[in-house]
Amino acid sequence: MTRALHARVLKPESRLIEKEPYYERVGDEIALFEAAYASQIPVLLKGPTGCGKTRFVEYMAWRLKRPLITVSCHDDLTAADLVGRYLITNNETLWVDGPLARAVRAGAICYLDEVVEARKDTTVVIHPLADDRRILPMEKRGELLQAPPEFVLAMSYNPGYQSVLKELKQSTRQRFIAIEFGYPDPTLEAKIVMTETGLDAENIDKLIKLAQMTRNLKGNGLDEGASTRLLVHTAKLLRRGIAPHAACSSAIAEALTDDPEMLRAVNELASSLF
Amino acid sequence: MSSPPRSSDPRLAVAASEPLTAAALEDRLDELLDPVLSSRRTATRLAQAIAPLPRAHQDFVLHWVAVIARTNPEMAYQFAAAAPQALATLDLSFAEAWIIEAMDTYDREGLYRGSQVFKGAAEFAGRARRGSSAVTFEEVAHVLELFVCALSGRHMRLDTAAQPYTDTETLHLPSRLGLAATKENNFLLYKAMTTLMWAQGRYGTFNADLLAVCGNYDDPQHALAILNFLETVRLEACVARVLPGLAREMTRMRGGVELDPRCTGLCQPWTTVDDSIKLLAALYGDFTPPRHAYMATLQPEQAAAVRNARLAREKAGLQSVLADMLEEKDGHTPDSAGLPSGRFSIEGRQERNADGTPQYVLKLDDAPVHPPENVTQLIDSILQDLGEIPDDYLVAAGDGAYRQAARAEPQPADVWKGIYHEEGAYFYHEWDHRRRHYRKNWCVLRELDVHPGDAGFIDQTLGRYRPQVSQLKRTFELLRGEDKLLKRQSDGNDIDLDAVIAAYADMRGGMELAERVLVKRHRSERNLAAMFMVDMSGSTKGWINDAEREALVMLCEALEVLGDRYAIYGFSGITRKRCEIFRVKRFDEPYDTLVKSRISGIAPQDYTRMGVAIRHLTTLLNRVEARTKLLVTLSDGKPDDYSDNYRGEYGIEDTRQALIEAHRSGIKPFCITIDREARDYLPHMYGPVNWTLVDNVAQLPLKVAEIYRRLTG
Repeated sequence: MTRALHARVLKPESRLIEKEPYYERVGDEIALFEAAYASQIPVLLKGPTGCGKTRFVEYMAWRLKRPLITVSCHDDLTAADLVGRYLITNNETLWVDGPLARAVRAGAICYLDEVVEARKDTTVVIHPLADDRRILPMEKRGELLQAPPEFVLAMSYNPGYQSVLKELKQSTRQRFIAIEFGYPDPTLEAKIVMTETGLDAENIDKLIKLAQMTRNLKGNGLDEGASTRLLVHTAKLLRRGIAPHAACSSAIAEALTDDPEMLRAVNELASSLF
Repeated sequence: MSSPPRSSDPRLAVAASEPLTAAALEDRLDELLDPVLSSRRTATRLAQAIAPLPRAHQDFVLHWVAVIARTNPEMAYQFAAAAPQALATLDLSFAEAWIIEAMDTYDREGLYRGSQVFKGAAEFAGRARRGSSAVTFEEVAHVLELFVCALSGRHMRLDTAAQPYTDTETLHLPSRLGLAATKENNFLLYKAMTTLMWAQGRYGTFNADLLAVCGNYDDPQHALAILNFLETVRLEACVARVLPGLAREMTRMRGGVELDPRCTGLCQPWTTVDDSIKLLAALYGDFTPPRHAYMATLQPEQAAAVRNARLAREKAGLQSVLADMLEEKDGHTPDSAGLPSGRFSIEGRQERNADGTPQYVLKLDDAPVHPPENVTQLIDSILQDLGEIPDDYLVAAGDGAYRQAARAEPQPADVWKGIYHEEGAYFYHEWDHRRRHYRKNWCVLRELDVHPGDAGFIDQTLGRYRPQVSQLKRTFELLRGEDKLLKRQSDGNDIDLDAVIAAYADMRGGMELAERVLVKRHRSERNLAAMFMVDMSGSTKGWINDAEREALVMLCEALEVLGDRYAIYGFSGITRKRCEIFRVKRFDEPYDTLVKSRISGIAPQDYTRMGVAIRHLTTLLNRVEARTKLLVTLSDGKPDDYSDNYRGEYGIEDTRQALIEAHRSGIKPFCITIDREARDYLPHMYGPVNWTLVDNVAQLPLKVAEIYRRLTG
């Protein structure tokens, strides 16, 4: 008896998130997002990696009952990748919408993850969509796509990157309402790790301490401290019976850095804690 | 290890395998040690002691006497005196390590300590034999520094000292630990020591006046020793609550020694240093404190001085940043006293941080405010010292006395005033080619801003070279990488409709279907960062300086067209304690009026200690993300510095070493010089092709940009 190993094929614009994603409210971010949704203002989520930005968008998509289309931005992402392009079938050209155009048509939430990674010219195509015009010009088709009120443009941005190249242009950022995300405070973070993994409280407590210690090293050799996501990973390894030292080393230390001395320092922290 | 270097002295080359006679040795030593010999102190006895050694050892001694004498003749004398006996117990590679340690100690702590190391050859030999399991401070310092920083978020310096102690800002550790049988356990000892000293600061050992407390006993030293033990017991319990894994190791290292039952009360979480002091009163007299390998010592005097200075500084700092917060907030206009109104308060919360310190909420007029990071850091740091924030710390101080006190902090320019000469500076190693070893933290470097000069200089230059500038701009525009749409490609991200239509027509006509029907966007991005390092030594005074500044103006104009990232720094200095880097343009600064006025403000300073400048700029350049990183030096001559031997071979070798380091980290160094004798030394420093000579200074302004274009085109 073999189970067919097929991934399910889903059309993103028609897929609604049915099960409530687990999300812990940190501040007033839910109210802010809902207000922005109601006022048709796009949203910028700022914060370090792994602190729950993407989970929050999923949660909001579920809450607002809108489909969610996520685009992971990379430095070769072109405007055509977002808007759409012609393909050729049967001696004819065929227009295929890009994810952004699909989201606009479906009144979905379009989430541009790590938007600074995209090329500068790509971010410009969202400008008319991100202000009160709310239109997506489709140059090649000579059309304008007017977004329905349900459409939400959301993007994430990690201000922690110190690179001059990876700054968001003022003309882009000033079109958005910005919601700042940080790491949750220790009690809440412990609750999150517990809910996600079911690890015992004592080990979670140690993990949270380790995370805070690595966050102390930010700017002193680490670009970022251990994120909540890394803690969840580590906790999952621990739950599967991996020894604490090995779990912290592979899920936290090695994930944070390649520098041998920093690796050793993080591993020493872990072995001091467990 | 390396064989002893042959002496090049022709007198010694006569019969290389024959040992030298005492007389020949004495001649040679007389010559080398001349400055420290006198009629009462001659080289005769030294020579007699060295004469029985085999020739290889004699050569070794003479070579190192010569090397050390160039740094300090007295050290060389001490070495010559200690060498015969030392070579009986140390083989040559260990002897070399012994010499290096002595010279490092001399560099750091002076003649007396340095010569002590030479005298302690037997001790060194003992350590060398145990050496395989010993761990040195150097090996672990960086890891431990990161470890401590992670524990509390407060950066602490690590340094060496005979006895481990902390003054609450620097942790002093032994330069070497070999007590345990394995390397792991010796490292653990270091780690435990470090953690305990961190805990002294963290859990308030110095919150009481320990000096006064112990002064009340007839043997203050003994009282301090007991108190140290009691505090160690208390702090170990604190550490056990935060770092149980480490506490387990510490228990193991104690080797099962039971804790005196009278001391167990100190393991409770609520105990403070006052409980230890009370217990000291009860125990004093009939108690001998046990000693554990990882225990630190208490130096209350040093700690109090550093701690008080820090508290004063942070109090002023906090008051000043709170005032800034008030100013930023609307609705708080300065009241009659000129101070903004508004009352800050701190409220504790139930939650605790990873290390057990309380969390808090900062409130302004009873409404919670979100403090900026610098405020949080200050509050955390004061909480670490005091355990609470006294109310007077929370009074926002405007432009009043406190603000001035904050400004009175040491300025880089005050380097020679008071004891702050090392604060806020960068430290760099320097390569001593004779020792074939780095001198640790040898150079003290500061970054200063160039004092802005007359901005009219830029316009004058641009006026003078107008035709050349526009010519330059045109050539540079050609270099600029732009997105090109490449048609008829076999792969790409969009369809080339023209090509498709043509292909279909061809196919209908019976030809093969063409494959190249896509368009590709080709990005020829110049992923390049260039650092320009400009010689600001005294020798550039006059027209060389003018030419340099003009060259920079032309360069900036051209680079602005090109869009490459670039930075400009000047370098100069006088002696190793005062190396200076002048900021003209940082990578993240635009080419604006300020930068322009700084360019015109570039003025000749002192000397050219190049190695340290290259090391610092390498560090800065390495922070930039770019595929190609260029370090371009504009120079007028050899590296040189005032008085301390930097001139000549030493400076050239150090510069070469710094360039090798830069190269290893992925930087391409290049030198543009106007020194006609450059051929003699630049190829050795930069390599045969990585330099160019502009022998006509007047051409420098036009050439520099041109050279850059050639380099990067």
